[in-house]
Amino acid sequence: MADISIDNIPYTVAEGKNLLEVCLSLGIKLPYFCWHPAMGSVGACRQCAVTVFKDVNDTRGRLMMACMEPVRDGLYISVNNASARAFRAQNIEWLMTNHPHDCAICDEGGACHLQDMTVLTGHAYRKYNYPKRTHLNQNLGPLIHHEMNRCIQCYRCVRYYKEYAGGRDLDVFAAHDLVYFGRAHEGNLENEFSGNLTEVCPTGVFTDKTLRQHYTRKWDMTMAPSICPHCSLGCNVIAGERYGSLRQITNRHNPFVNGYFLCDRGRYGYDFSNQPQRIPEPLIDNVVATPEILFNKLSEIVINNKLIGIGSPRASLEANFALRQLVGVENFYQSLSEPETELTKKILAINQSGTIHTPSMADIERTDAVLILGEDPTNSAPRLALSLRQALRNQPLEEAESIRVPSWNDAALREKIQDQSGPLYIAYPRSTKLDDLATHTNHLAPNAIADWAFALAQLLEQPDSPPASLSNQNHADLMAIAQTLKRSKRPLIVSGMSLFNEQILQAAYRIALALNKQDQKTDLALILPESNSTGLALLQAPSIEKAFSRASNESIDGVLVLEQDLYRQFPLEKVDGFLSRIEHLIVIDQIHHGTTSKATIVLPSTTFAESSGTLVNSEGRGQRYYAVFVPGSEAIRPAWSWLNDLRQIKGGLQVEELDQHPDLLSELIELLPEFAGLDRVGPKPGYLIHEQKIPREPHRFSGRTAMSAHLTISEPKPPVDTHSPYGFTMEGYRGLPPAPLAPYYWAPSWNSGQAVNQYQQDFNGELKENFYGFRLFPGPVQTPVSWSAEQPENISNGDIELVPFVHIFGSEWLSSLSPGIASLAPKPYLALSVLEATRYGLEPDIEAKLQIGAKTFTLTVQIHPEMPEGIAGIPYQIMGLTGIEWPSFGKINPETS
Amino acid sequence: MKAKQSLTDSEIAAIEKEILRVPLPRAACIEAMKIVQEHRGWISDDTLTLLADHLGMSTAELDSIATFYNLIFREPVGRHVILLCDSISCYVMGYEKIYLTLSDLLHIRFGETTADGRFTLLPNVCLGACDQAPAMMIDEDTYPRLQAQQLAHILSTYP
Amino acid sequence: MEKPLTQHISFNRPAFHLKDYERVGGYEAFRKCLTLPPAEITALVQESDLKGRGGAGFNTGMKWSFVPMTGDYRHKYLIANADEMEPGTFKDRMLMEGNPHQLLEGMMIAAYAIQADISYVFLRWAYRKAARLLDRAIAEAYEAGYLGSNIRKSGYGLEMYLHTGVGRYICGEETALLNALEGKRATPRSKPPFPQISGLFGQPTIVNNVETLCNLPPLLNNGPDWYKSLSRGQDAGTKLYGVSGHVKKPGLWELPMGTPMEELLQDYAGGMQDGYQFRGALPGGASTDFLVHQHMSVALDYQSVAAAGSRLGTGTMIVLDDRTCPVGFVHNLEHFFAQESCGWCTPCREGLPWTEKILHSIEEGRGSPYDLELLSTHCQQLGPGHTFCALAPGAMEPLQSVLKYFREDFENHITYHRCPWRH
Ligand SMILES: Cc1cc2nc3c(=O)[nH]c(=O)nc-3n(C[C@H](O)[C@H](O)[C@H](O)COP(=O)(O)O)c2cc1C
Ligand code: SF4
Ligand code: FES
Repeated sequence: MADISIDNIPYTVAEGKNLLEVCLSLGIKLPYFCWHPAMGSVGACRQCAVTVFKDVNDTRGRLMMACMEPVRDGLYISVNNASARAFRAQNIEWLMTNHPHDCAICDEGGACHLQDMTVLTGHAYRKYNYPKRTHLNQNLGPLIHHEMNRCIQCYRCVRYYKEYAGGRDLDVFAAHDLVYFGRAHEGNLENEFSGNLTEVCPTGVFTDKTLRQHYTRKWDMTMAPSICPHCSLGCNVIAGERYGSLRQITNRHNPFVNGYFLCDRGRYGYDFSNQPQRIPEPLIDNVVATPEILFNKLSEIVINNKLIGIGSPRASLEANFALRQLVGVENFYQSLSEPETELTKKILAINQSGTIHTPSMADIERTDAVLILGEDPTNSAPRLALSLRQALRNQPLEEAESIRVPSWNDAALREKIQDQSGPLYIAYPRSTKLDDLATHTNHLAPNAIADWAFALAQLLEQPDSPPASLSNQNHADLMAIAQTLKRSKRPLIVSGMSLFNEQILQAAYRIALALNKQDQKTDLALILPESNSTGLALLQAPSIEKAFSRASNESIDGVLVLEQDLYRQFPLEKVDGFLSRIEHLIVIDQIHHGTTSKATIVLPSTTFAESSGTLVNSEGRGQRYYAVFVPGSEAIRPAWSWLNDLRQIKGGLQVEELDQHPDLLSELIELLPEFAGLDRVGPKPGYLIHEQKIPREPHRFSGRTAMSAHLTISEPKPPVDTHSPYGFTMEGYRGLPPAPLAPYYWAPSWNSGQAVNQYQQDFNGELKENFYGFRLFPGPVQTPVSWSAEQPENISNGDIELVPFVHIFGSEWLSSLSPGIASLAPKPYLALSVLEATRYGLEPDIEAKLQIGAKTFTLTVQIHPEMPEGIAGIPYQIMGLTGIEWPSFGKINPETS
Repeated sequence: MKAKQSLTDSEIAAIEKEILRVPLPRAACIEAMKIVQEHRGWISDDTLTLLADHLGMSTAELDSIATFYNLIFREPVGRHVILLCDSISCYVMGYEKIYLTLSDLLHIRFGETTADGRFTLLPNVCLGACDQAPAMMIDEDTYPRLQAQQLAHILSTYP
Repeated sequence: MEKPLTQHISFNRPAFHLKDYERVGGYEAFRKCLTLPPAEITALVQESDLKGRGGAGFNTGMKWSFVPMTGDYRHKYLIANADEMEPGTFKDRMLMEGNPHQLLEGMMIAAYAIQADISYVFLRWAYRKAARLLDRAIAEAYEAGYLGSNIRKSGYGLEMYLHTGVGRYICGEETALLNALEGKRATPRSKPPFPQISGLFGQPTIVNNVETLCNLPPLLNNGPDWYKSLSRGQDAGTKLYGVSGHVKKPGLWELPMGTPMEELLQDYAGGMQDGYQFRGALPGGASTDFLVHQHMSVALDYQSVAAAGSRLGTGTMIVLDDRTCPVGFVHNLEHFFAQESCGWCTPCREGLPWTEKILHSIEEGRGSPYDLELLSTHCQQLGPGHTFCALAPGAMEPLQSVLKYFREDFENHITYHRCPWRH
């Protein structure tokens, strides 16, 4: 610890930080631009100037940039003396010489760091009376709007985009006061994390283009803490609403999960909830049903009928559990195929086993050597890929310790380590976005990945008896990899189920175990497909195929499908066959799809932003999301609430007796020990601060009494929320709520998202109170995972083995319905090695037919020279390529159809 | 001017030699741009992309560097480039008169190229000929102690 | 008078080939160095009080002593800073065009002292003749076995490359120069870490000015005491002094360090041209403060010029006469600095163009008294430590001094709404 004095007030602070971080965490309002908590200091903007004195007797002192000054004992500084204040005001004045006076029409207005900082320094009157320089803007694609005239040249965007996120198509051009930040030519930003530019940019240069479609000022949005529903990582987000539609997703800081950044699928996927395909009313045989008719019909089906339920990996734990309770555990299935069910079971078993550590994203950023087996994380778990990029700096940074530069001195460290990157090994059928950092890549077919990984496992397990079947080259490579992984202080293995290959999983586990023998410091991160894949797996339901076969063997009266389109998952004939044997199909979902069109009853459910619920991410972290708003139609209800009604109807209750608010989570925990502790995901429903709720609306929220004046002149009663600590209006607790509960980031003087620094004790560290979700791994009962010797045979019938390539844009259903994301999704393609393309006489960009089972698809040929022969890749579950069961084989350009 | 579709063998050979001297190809990018500019006079968008590919850089990355420096030409220049010193010693010694005369003779201003594509006129920072100011360079030749009346003759020696 | 820097330079004959240089004692010093422990050379140079001629005047040997001499480094680098773009400066050009081998020998000595294995000459593109001569000299040195591996069987090896820059004044700033050499935008780097610790490609690096390096062969041949004895002033050695502007004989001379300003102007530059009066001079390039009549007797060494409120800088003086408008003069300078700002830090990027615009409007008769206040504010707020590197503070030196010594001229522009020098 260091004793320092700031403006004659003594503080004791931790050593190793810079003065800016220290001031901000002490609540001292020191303006800054170029510094970023996750990206460190470069000292470019010169905004954070303070006066540093030699000692108490020094009256003049020297101006220093706080972000570049390490804290040391005895430091004597002033933030508020006249010379430091004058310089900071002058610096803002310089920045403002070329900044347009367009706050009123600027998307950033009211949530603008530049505005905040300008007000903080007191610069108000313009003395510069020459023309401003102007720039042309670029069209950067569907997600981000570009307005270069507003640029204050803090360089954060390029530092973030190039250096932090590894993007290569955004840069800084020209010099002196003409520097320009953009692309070489107009076009879509290529990096999957480009959306963070909108938060990284301290002013209105990079703004959310999707928000522009339904623009709302930050202060006019109703907001709540939420969890991203678009992949298995469970990034924490803030969702904002106005006039009944979801308007924007911004990052919510969770030091263990997403830190300061989201991926573009997560940020821009929200717009599915505003689409016309939303189901507005309950339907019976495709006709809108009144509550009475619906109640009668539901009663008819639910009471005294044999029902089965099909749970969903993207529905909340509460909804899945309510369904399980409704139909009974013996009738509860999950909407996964047999192989998928087996894979998730295995992943769960590994994570619960206690034999290997399941890392959080923060853990991942601390690893120093990475092996990726059969995953393309940028596409299958995007935010994790961003963390991997940071992790790969750890080894070179360690070597750089000799120059004794603090870890926040970003530029100096980058200059020292240059382009070096720690060891990264990737085995995947084709090149991935992380290949640019890889020490070694191996492009192999799924089974070959498994073989290769088994050989590595054996080398690690028994270094003295290497596998015989290896070629010399392979052997040398593997030896080198094994050595490096062994030497690593904290190796990480990343794998998952995207290739539907259980052997890869097994090999990954064996490698991790072998490495872990040394010092128990190995991490194994296993990627799952959906936001609640882990939660559903914990409920241990049989696969849907078990339901299919049951339906053909015995008579089942009704099926309840929870938030899933079976036609998307399974071949048409299979689903049709299944449904034809069933009299009543009830589907609960948010959006119309193939299965809803077949349903007897469709019950509209809420999106993640319209209800609260719990999801368990791939790390086993249960996390709670809270309703941002109540949907305009009362008929749209949380799936768990519909299901709970059905439970009560089944129990004989009448409409007016239905209890709306059961505590499903408590019931779940009581019943299933795997979930013990999960009630700690968030505060208890009755949580109040100083007897008050936390308001979802900022205190400046405007137009509340006028918003529905066109419908009724009296203001409708705001909805009451009994499930959460939040109120739906701006009334309630006025202070800063505990950080993990903050529905948005705001603090006095800090209107932009950078207000988050006022919630933190420690940058990059924990927020002030602890509701970061609750980790369910390892499980209560711990046993090593074993594999049966037999491996399921894949029968090819002479067809080519198909490999599913997951895409960040398009492979996940909900986000793929958002127009911005949809426009970035790939068109159906067939990816082949050169050899395979020659074999079939195919050339790039021509169309080819691919027959899978009974169905034939038309695809555009892509040739990937790096791909191995014997396989063909197709994008996983994108629009136009659904209803394929994995693993899968196909015929390319079959003779006849 | 349409750029060639690939780098020439001699360009590649010269670039490869530079790459050998540095730890990674991109570190030779400035040398590489000079080499290509020497052959082609300037660096078009197409050339830039070719070069970027060769060095394992993105177009944006290379253009970021190209546009930072004064002597990498991202727009076509004339057959001869006149760099007229506009810095302090030449200012004191009357470079403005030289500029006006050049401008009259060639009918162009700073940053422009003559209609016949013969000359491009650029201002340049101090050429290190301050004791012989005013000074200018045409291509690789330095002209010290300029007098306005010499200019027509000097220009005439550049076809 | 001894002229160790220029003794082998004569513009009546072409620059020496290696053989000619050897004949007059060239490379003796380097050969001697190869037999000495590197630390001894550093100590000798430090003792001689040779100060960096790039402008800042830091003790050269001391600078070298920060280079780690143990430990495992991929490479260590020695770089000759031959970017010379400071307006009014033309000294390194003469050294390189006159006797490139002396620079090479100086580089070899410096490289050996820090045990660098790779060296660069970072030369500005415009110095075409120097480039040709350096290319030739480097080839000759390789041929003669002064470069390459195991030089003269000493076990020491050194590669040397010539890199010509593609323009931008900031490339002369030593850390920006490193970025330029790495093929990046030449924005400066933060210090610490200093290049001695983490420089080119993250490895220990020394950047020295051409003139600094050219001092080394004679210094090593004759020793620190001799070197110190060359000076008339408070700093050691000789110095290349230049004068440009309306003097009778503009030029460059090697004179004892500490030669008084008056002597330089009168005895060497021949005084003012007929019809011109001396009003002031920037003693060492564009980023130094004016010296005026009252400073005529100031000894031109680092300490004395600093005491007079300016900097010796590069030692090449630009004279302001009575027929040149001081406002136009300083406007020209600020235009240069504004254009050459790298664009990295706010004060320089935004502040310099503002001062340029103010000066331009005053020069055109559109100025107001308040503009002078704004200029003063800029001088203060663009001062040392406020910006990321020394470019902007350098830019403020002529401005603050012109406001001090020639304020009346500014006021006249403002009062009469025109420039008194332009009809
Ligand atoms: C904007 C700027 C430009 C500079 N240009 C040069 C230059 O052209 N040549 C040079 O030798 N030093 C230049 N310097 C000084 C260098 O940064 C560095 O101090 C010098 O090369 C060190 O050499 P020395 O120790 O031998 O003086 C410049 C400094 C600044 C701030
Ligand atoms: S003072 Fe700042 S902007 Fe100016 S050259 Fe130095 S770093 Fe670049
Ligand atoms: S935040 Fe410190 S200089 Fe930009």
